[in-house]
Amino acid sequence: MAGEEIRGRAPDPVSPGDDWARVEADPEFRALVRAKRSFLLPATVFFIVYYFALPVLVGYFPEAMGRDVFGEVNVAYLFALSQFFMAWILMWLYVRRARGFDAQAERIAAQVRGGAR
Amino acid sequence: MNTSLVMFLVFIAITLGITYWASKRTQTTAEFYSAGRSITGFQNGWAVAGDYMSAASFLGIAGLIAFYGYDGFMYSVGWLVAYLTVLLLVAEPLRNTGKFTMADVLAFRLRSRSVRTVAALSTLTVSLFYMIAQMVGAGSLVSLLIPQIGFNTAIVMVGVLMLIYVIFGGMLATTWVQIVKAVLLMGGTILLSVMVMARFGFSFGTFFDAVAGVTGSFCEAGTPKAGVCPDGSAPVVRDYTQPGLYYHGQWGPLSLISLGVALIFGTAGLPHILVRFYTVPSAQQARVSVVWAMILIGAFYIMTTFLGFGAATLVGKENIGVMKDGALVPNQNLAAPLLAQELGGEVFLSFVAAIAFATILAVVAGLTIASSSAFAHDIWFNVVKGGKEDEREQVMVARIAAGVIGILSIVLAIALRSLNVAFLVGLAFAVAASANVPAIVLTLYWRRFNTVGMVVGMLVGLLSSVVLIVLSPAVMGIDPPTAAARHLIQAAPVFPLDNPAIVSVPLGFLAAVLGSLLTRDPAAEAAYSELNVRANTGVGAV
Repeated sequence: MAGEEIRGRAPDPVSPGDDWARVEADPEFRALVRAKRSFLLPATVFFIVYYFALPVLVGYFPEAMGRDVFGEVNVAYLFALSQFFMAWILMWLYVRRARGFDAQAERIAAQVRGGAR
Repeated sequence: MNTSLVMFLVFIAITLGITYWASKRTQTTAEFYSAGRSITGFQNGWAVAGDYMSAASFLGIAGLIAFYGYDGFMYSVGWLVAYLTVLLLVAEPLRNTGKFTMADVLAFRLRSRSVRTVAALSTLTVSLFYMIAQMVGAGSLVSLLIPQIGFNTAIVMVGVLMLIYVIFGGMLATTWVQIVKAVLLMGGTILLSVMVMARFGFSFGTFFDAVAGVTGSFCEAGTPKAGVCPDGSAPVVRDYTQPGLYYHGQWGPLSLISLGVALIFGTAGLPHILVRFYTVPSAQQARVSVVWAMILIGAFYIMTTFLGFGAATLVGKENIGVMKDGALVPNQNLAAPLLAQELGGEVFLSFVAAIAFATILAVVAGLTIASSSAFAHDIWFNVVKGGKEDEREQVMVARIAAGVIGILSIVLAIALRSLNVAFLVGLAFAVAASANVPAIVLTLYWRRFNTVGMVVGMLVGLLSSVVLIVLSPAVMGIDPPTAAARHLIQAAPVFPLDNPAIVSVPLGFLAAVLGSLLTRDPAAEAAYSELNVRANTGVGAV
């Protein structure tokens, strides 16, 4: 099929030609990717582990999870509720870190656009 | 005149006004598919929440909690935590590298035609399943709350309205319909929650004491008959604050985990949610959208416990249903409406019914626009026409596609009306998690990923989830002749879990990785540099 070779990217107004690999190798870009990874990877692993702890514990240890903490409020309910706050706190931490990523990304983007002209 | 009917008509009038306003701003493809990227992050956050909080969550979760206590809450948790996947891994790179559809991101560095064909197939499958479930729900809900409107009339009404929004008002009208609906839904839920707590003197202690006073029972295997389990033992009794009333027995825990897999990974693969991120001007605004969506969705799902436990304590499980031939037929979807009636009488019941109706309409409109863009932009424009630009023709094709998909879903919903189609929502999540998410995540984060891996991974994810769900207790089961909603296949289930995700998601990932490792595509690897730079910096984003 002849049309198979067309890659589907959008028309690019600011393409630096074949130099994407050069930008990718640029120390500043590599620092950005490293910084993002050092936040995103642990954050993702953490929320997946924290989340799946709930169905695993509730599913396999319903009696222990059903134990009351205060009044009729039990471990299972508090743990489920804590998931909401876990999600919101992780969200807040990410948004705070992402401002730094934005500034770095903007500097690199400006260089790429400048180089294309 | 029925107050529900009046409130429905008011909502319809408002949304048609929005559509008229939007229709004058919807000519180009960017306007039709993505509202001209003119939506702010804050507005889009409300729209994402509106697109996501379907009737299944508003009515379904309240009902599940009212009938099974704590276990119903497990859905609520998964539905929020899922947004961390969207926030951390998908929303921003998607916005930076795509244009209109999910397939845009996948086709970025892979062979366009095969990738778009498979991705569009998956989009259409997910959206159509989801849509049929919503439409059947709409039919039974509307005909129940407004007896003057029959089941089929209700479905046709919902179908025609969603088509008007989408065909004339495009994404702009769809977005504002979702925002209006989300405001109504949040308002109604807050009001209901406050009224529930008022009954308990705003004391959580009193509230939980009452919840713990409600009990349910189950057998480790089989269902109890006349208070005795099939094996002769007495049923296990648990109060509503304790886990286990829904998920128990040999396969219960694994079913619960499998549901978690579908929810946590599926959301990031729902095409109608993903396309919402193209309506904002930048990746930063996409991030702001997810933040607002998470605040709203989280607050909403915490409040579902008040609705569900409220219905369990104030209405009582034994009273939630419809009277038919002198006997009460239980109906989980009625927990929230009947709670509203208990708290605020007929007017409040009508208000909640109108919200449920608005909810369904907004969600089906979002699904319709996502599927019409998958057909028009991916199949028609990129595969059939080889990417030759013709704005007017493409918008025309998208409108026709919306019409065809809308009519198809009306016909299917009417044909399937007597069947239990709640599993279709679970199936949509499972397909999204098993077929779409491996492809999206791997193309963004793995240089070695290629076209063969994507096509094989997507097909394996799609087929395995569909086949497993057909063999599962969601589709197969033997019903007593009196059952209101029957299983599609009257036979004992082959696959023991309700949701296939715990098997099909790893299968989808495995197939995608193996397919990539067994073949080489140097062009795809070379193009990763461009994807990587653009996804992370926003250079060249449309």
